[in-house]
Amino acid sequence: MLEVTLFYLASAVALVATILAMTRANAIHALIYLIVSLLAVAVIFFIIGAPFAAALEIVIYAGAIMVLFVFVIMMLNLGEEGDARERQWLQPRIWSGPAALSLVLLGELLYLMSTITGPASIGVVSAKTVGMALFGPYVLAVELASMLLLAGLVGSYHLGRRALEREG
Amino acid sequence: MQELAVPLNHVLLVSSLLFCIGMLGLMMRRNIIFILMSLEVMLNASALAFIAAGAHWGQPDGQIMFMLILSVAAAEVAVGLGLVLQVQRRFKTLDMDNANRMRG
Amino acid sequence: MSNAIGLVPLLPLLSSLLLMIFGARMTRPMITLLGVGSVGAAALATAALAMEFMANPQPIEITLWTWMKVANLTSGVAFYVDGLTLVMMSVITGVGFLIHLFSSEFMHQDASYARYFAYLNMFVCAMLVLVLADNLLLLYLGWEGVGVCSYLLVGFWYTDRANGRAARKAFIVTRIGDTAMALGLLLLFTELGTLDIQSMVGAANAKWQVGDSLPTLACLLLLAGAAGKSAQLPLHTWLPDAMAGPTPVSALIHAATMVTAGVYLIARTHGLFLLSPTAMTTVAIVGIATSLLAAVTALMQSDIKRILAYSTISQIGYMFLALGVGAWTAGIFHLMTHAFFKALLFLGSGAIIHCLHHEHNIFKMGGLRSRMPVTFWSFMIGSAALAALPMTSGFFSKDQILLQAYQQASIGPWLWLAGLLGALLTAVYSFRLVFIVFFGNAKTEPDREIGWAMAIPLTILCALSMVGGYFALPLAQVFPTASADHPAHWVEIVSIGVPLVGLAIAYGLYLGRQLSAPSWTTGVTGQALREFWFSGWGIDRLYDGLLVRPYDRLAALFSSEPVDRFYSAIVDVNQTLHQWLSSTQSGRMRWYIASMVFGLIALLGIAFNIAPGAL
Repeated sequence: MLEVTLFYLASAVALVATILAMTRANAIHALIYLIVSLLAVAVIFFIIGAPFAAALEIVIYAGAIMVLFVFVIMMLNLGEEGDARERQWLQPRIWSGPAALSLVLLGELLYLMSTITGPASIGVVSAKTVGMALFGPYVLAVELASMLLLAGLVGSYHLGRRALEREG
Repeated sequence: MQELAVPLNHVLLVSSLLFCIGMLGLMMRRNIIFILMSLEVMLNASALAFIAAGAHWGQPDGQIMFMLILSVAAAEVAVGLGLVLQVQRRFKTLDMDNANRMRG
Repeated sequence: MSNAIGLVPLLPLLSSLLLMIFGARMTRPMITLLGVGSVGAAALATAALAMEFMANPQPIEITLWTWMKVANLTSGVAFYVDGLTLVMMSVITGVGFLIHLFSSEFMHQDASYARYFAYLNMFVCAMLVLVLADNLLLLYLGWEGVGVCSYLLVGFWYTDRANGRAARKAFIVTRIGDTAMALGLLLLFTELGTLDIQSMVGAANAKWQVGDSLPTLACLLLLAGAAGKSAQLPLHTWLPDAMAGPTPVSALIHAATMVTAGVYLIARTHGLFLLSPTAMTTVAIVGIATSLLAAVTALMQSDIKRILAYSTISQIGYMFLALGVGAWTAGIFHLMTHAFFKALLFLGSGAIIHCLHHEHNIFKMGGLRSRMPVTFWSFMIGSAALAALPMTSGFFSKDQILLQAYQQASIGPWLWLAGLLGALLTAVYSFRLVFIVFFGNAKTEPDREIGWAMAIPLTILCALSMVGGYFALPLAQVFPTASADHPAHWVEIVSIGVPLVGLAIAYGLYLGRQLSAPSWTTGVTGQALREFWFSGWGIDRLYDGLLVRPYDRLAALFSSEPVDRFYSAIVDVNQTLHQWLSSTQSGRMRWYIASMVFGLIALLGIAFNIAPGAL
């Protein structure tokens, strides 16, 4: 019972934090709300029986990736006039169209969800099981992921180096 | 614990809501940093859907998909932030509506 | 001497080429020397040739080189000289030289003096090739060559649009005849296997009987070509308009030489025409019909050159009549005398136009007798010869034609009667012209009398017009001898008397005023008839409505390119679509995302409706 209550609480926190993150004018503020949202999702992972995924979510998502964001935002040094411009862009006439589209899509998704029944969690899928599957049948996916990360590494190094060299 | 399970469609509902919020942000923000954040939210929402499905069947595959999504998100953010630096340097702004040189 | 034959057309050709290339840098005396001198030299060469021929009257054949050799067609640049050729050559170079001389004064003020002589020399060359050719292909080359030169010279003053139009008309109308003639040549070649005139006539006589349909067809096609070039019905409409060219050009091309090329063609191929009585009769009827029609029209005209143009059409009609009744010699004889007196008349009218500030309307002239005596006597003699008054050259030739027409087997007397009517009309219109222009009160003052370069050709042509009838043409070997028996004496006397009656009528109507026009001619019918005849029996209007306008309308229809409209519609649709699509390529990333979302929504919606269970 406790877990169920915790789930709804975490879901509410995640949704509210995400909405706030999307509507902030200041990038750092938005980023902090986003981290809150990610932590809440990690709690959900834990509740529905994926403790390893929850740990990864906190370590990699909320930790490593968000820190990257922080670095870049600080490097750009947006300042107060950036915030003012962001606020100006957040007019209803800007977001009403996308909101309508999103609502329609949400409606469609909800209609799909309504047909699904059954519990989300039966038991905990342990890290060991995940590791067995990962380096068993999914070893090719691991290889692919490593290739992707390598490519991302090379790409970001290339882009970032040129940008810094020109400025320097 | 089996009896107290969270219904699958509630988890998926949260996932859908997160996805739509991320999409809304993607469509309405002009600042490239917020666009990247919205993408993160959407990836995260789909990761939640995978995990929920994996939990429903008691299989590790959902979590493996989550890890793949995680690596995709990591690579995407690395490249995307590199691009942010380039955009800022070339256009002196982060407004993506100004970066429309590919207009047909 | 026979090698000199090639020299005759070569001299004008060389001169023409020199004038075309260096004409702009030459002084006027040099141009005159070259342009007139080359034709004079050609005339001298022709005279030498004629003297040699008289001493030894054998046809001369020389082949200069092989022009083309394809399968079993061998066509050489080969010349054939017999009596007929010599007559034609003498007319072309002799009368041609006089007209060149006349031109040197007439055109002296013109800016394009060299161009004029270049064209005129080129014309003489082409015309000589036409009459010298020993095969029909080379003849056709000359035939087209004179057509081109005629086109260039009619449109000589091309800055005036009307002249260009007249030139085009002359070219296109004769082209209809030329096409028929080309078909005739092809037919003859496929049937007889040769285009060499002499051997072709021999082959035709060996292969066909008199009255066969194939020679009739071939002859009618040749006749169509001849009618186009010689301005006979129904292709005569170009000649009056061709008067837009300089007057000496009208004298040379449109009176003395080129328009008689059709007569020459039929005379040259008379061996073929003898195989087809039908074609012969057609030639005669075309000739006499043209003759009458043109004579009536000439009576109504007020432009001096148009009167002479219609008179030319009428006289060539007489030649066709002569050919049609088998009076070959008489036809060629009339060709020669006509060349003399019509050139004389045209040059005389040129002199008047030259001295009267380019005035063409005869009713604005008058009383020129004392002021321009040389021109007056030229016109008197020319008109007398044209009207065939006794003792003039025209009398001898026309008399022969009428007498032989009377003896034609089937419709001879009718042809004779129509010919008489034509002769009467000829006398009336030619003296109408003389009386109106040279007698009465002066209406326009001439600003000068003509110079020696104009007077000498006029004088020589006067003499030729008077004595030309006594020339004995060396045609006995060329044509079969005409029947020796003469028709009854009254026929001869009537033939002689009719022109005198015509002269008397003209005198009564236009000079002495003893006669007045019948009352009906001033009425409504008379007025309408006069206008009808003035317009040349409305044939121009008929062709305009029947051929030119429908063609113009068709051309206008197609110039809007109805077929292309389909393809341009495809292009338009594609371009519109392209614009729509490229406007979606806005470069705004948020729009792309929004459209992707929209597509996702639509796809999901479609999936719900098509396969609800699959989701």
